[in-house]
Amino acid sequence: MNTQYLKTDFLVVGGGTAGTMAAIKAKQASPESDVLILEKANIRRSGAIAMGMDGVNTAVIPGNSTPEQYAREITIANDGILNQKAVYETGRLGFEVIQELESWGVKFQKDHEGNYDLKQVHRVGKYVLPMPEGKDLKKILSRQVKRHKVNVTNRVMATRVMVQDGRVTGAVGLDVRSGDFVVIQANAVVLCTGACGRLGLPASGYLYGTYENPTNAGDGYSMAYHAGAELTNIECFQINPLIKDYNGPACAYVASPFGAYTANAEGHRFINCDYWSGQMMLEVWKELNSGKGPVHLKMYHLDDDTISEIESILWDNERPSRGRFHQERGENYRTHGVEMNISEIGLCSGHSASGVWVNEKAETTVSGLYAAGDMASVPHNYMIGAFVYGRIAGQNAMEHIQSLDHVEPDAEFLAAEQARIYQPLQQPEGVPHTQMEYKLRRLVNDYLQPPKSPNKMDIGLMKFVAYEQTLEKMGAKDPHELMRCMEVHFIRDCAEMAARASLYRKESRWGLYHYRLDYPEKNNEEWFCHVNIKKNKAGQMELFKRPVEPYVVNVDLEEEVYDVAVR
Amino acid sequence: MALTTQRVDVPVIVDESKCLEKCVACIEVCPLDVLVKNPDTGKAYMKYDECWFCLPCEKECPTNAITVQIPFLLR
Repeated sequence: MNTQYLKTDFLVVGGGTAGTMAAIKAKQASPESDVLILEKANIRRSGAIAMGMDGVNTAVIPGNSTPEQYAREITIANDGILNQKAVYETGRLGFEVIQELESWGVKFQKDHEGNYDLKQVHRVGKYVLPMPEGKDLKKILSRQVKRHKVNVTNRVMATRVMVQDGRVTGAVGLDVRSGDFVVIQANAVVLCTGACGRLGLPASGYLYGTYENPTNAGDGYSMAYHAGAELTNIECFQINPLIKDYNGPACAYVASPFGAYTANAEGHRFINCDYWSGQMMLEVWKELNSGKGPVHLKMYHLDDDTISEIESILWDNERPSRGRFHQERGENYRTHGVEMNISEIGLCSGHSASGVWVNEKAETTVSGLYAAGDMASVPHNYMIGAFVYGRIAGQNAMEHIQSLDHVEPDAEFLAAEQARIYQPLQQPEGVPHTQMEYKLRRLVNDYLQPPKSPNKMDIGLMKFVAYEQTLEKMGAKDPHELMRCMEVHFIRDCAEMAARASLYRKESRWGLYHYRLDYPEKNNEEWFCHVNIKKNKAGQMELFKRPVEPYVVNVDLEEEVYDVAVR
Repeated sequence: MALTTQRVDVPVIVDESKCLEKCVACIEVCPLDVLVKNPDTGKAYMKYDECWFCLPCEKECPTNAITVQIPFLLR
């Protein structure tokens, strides 16, 4: 194994939705600067939108809605706990993102008069804009990355961010094919590594049958934590209503504008809004545990042409294996509902709110470290939010680095990290990463899956802490296995944070996402605040309350309670 | 420690009669990096059982040599 030394002005870790946009915007702001994307896969097909996306969920289009309305809607859906200024930015800048994507060849659905064909899925406003031809989104972004002369290093996985004298100085990682140790000096770093999608274990037991792209193992959550940055709302888990046994949504976002809806086994509606929220997931959980489950997406009352149109969108885009899943089982939307179940738990601010703390400039609490996309806590941010925050991070980072010079890496830090990464190769006969990961994630299901019980979470926490030693028994035979071993470390860090944050917030909030059996009610008097986590000077996980920033859009949360149950 | 090898039904099936020896299209696009070439035959195969059944390998194969099945545990 060799060591590769690289130098760049701005390092983008993760070349998905947010990362490609951050790099492009940085080059637009400062064409002379050197910008490098580090990607553990290949940017052509990586990240949450590797196989495209069938629509955007947070499109604020002038004439249809305003950033104020959008900020209100998300404030209510997220039970008031958010940096509202940051959410407002997604509403304010989303339209410019859509226009720029269009100029690059991305197509959004328009009606006969040429207006954007927005659909209502949220409780009040219309923010869902279909992209029936969205399957090559990632190829289009890759082309723009190349056109903007961004450097790309594929198949290198970052493992730690370098911080010296209170500022970011680069990152280190592993070439997952050659096994080389890679050291990158940079004056600013943006983490865009996606969700922690491999936290809970799917009911199928298949480690990689997750809702999120399984490359997204919580890398950025763990790296930000070890860099000293604050994380927030970690107890607000991501849990999604999916096709039972399959890893994709049924999917009401696409089908409900055509007249489909989520129903119980009797065919009746039990929720009045299909927008994904913890409150909606709580109703799904209740229905599944009543005598009226299982629940399904009901389409069989629609006409044949409509169902064919839904199939052509769902089977060609985002999760293109969905069609063969149904066909192999002999299932047909025309005759039966699509049986649904509750997904494994994960961390993801794209859907819920769990992420690295950022302000409206995409800054974390560490100087020169930015975060964007699913891993940065801007609640319910989805794909448009990832583009907006990639853009914000890229632009702000280029301003930030203007007067900065590269710093020589700390030799002691590099030696320690090198020893940590390569330890499993010293014991190729050690416990395989597959078994290590299976057991860890099975424990996550056993002890953290909501509804949350304090005693169970205490046991879980103890086990996750002890697992740090267990991981020392892990063995790897090649660089690929070494990558997976390092990912198991990321997952363990996320599991410990998820347990600690869930134990700390002594109330229930966000429906099923943080439903505590011992404190079943929301308690605004004591818990109208963020719960933040950081690594303290002693190297321990510290939790504390952080006040919610003043709102920029007034919302009366006593009046406006998010409730989607059909009564 | 004693290790054993287990037989696994893998999702990615390569038709070796169609797979081109000099082509690495599927290997380069796989997000999980689970495909490699068999050094003896030059044909691609799924070396690691870590598939997201996301299909870039199948879509990018110039000779349609690849079929992705839903993993057995989910099928």
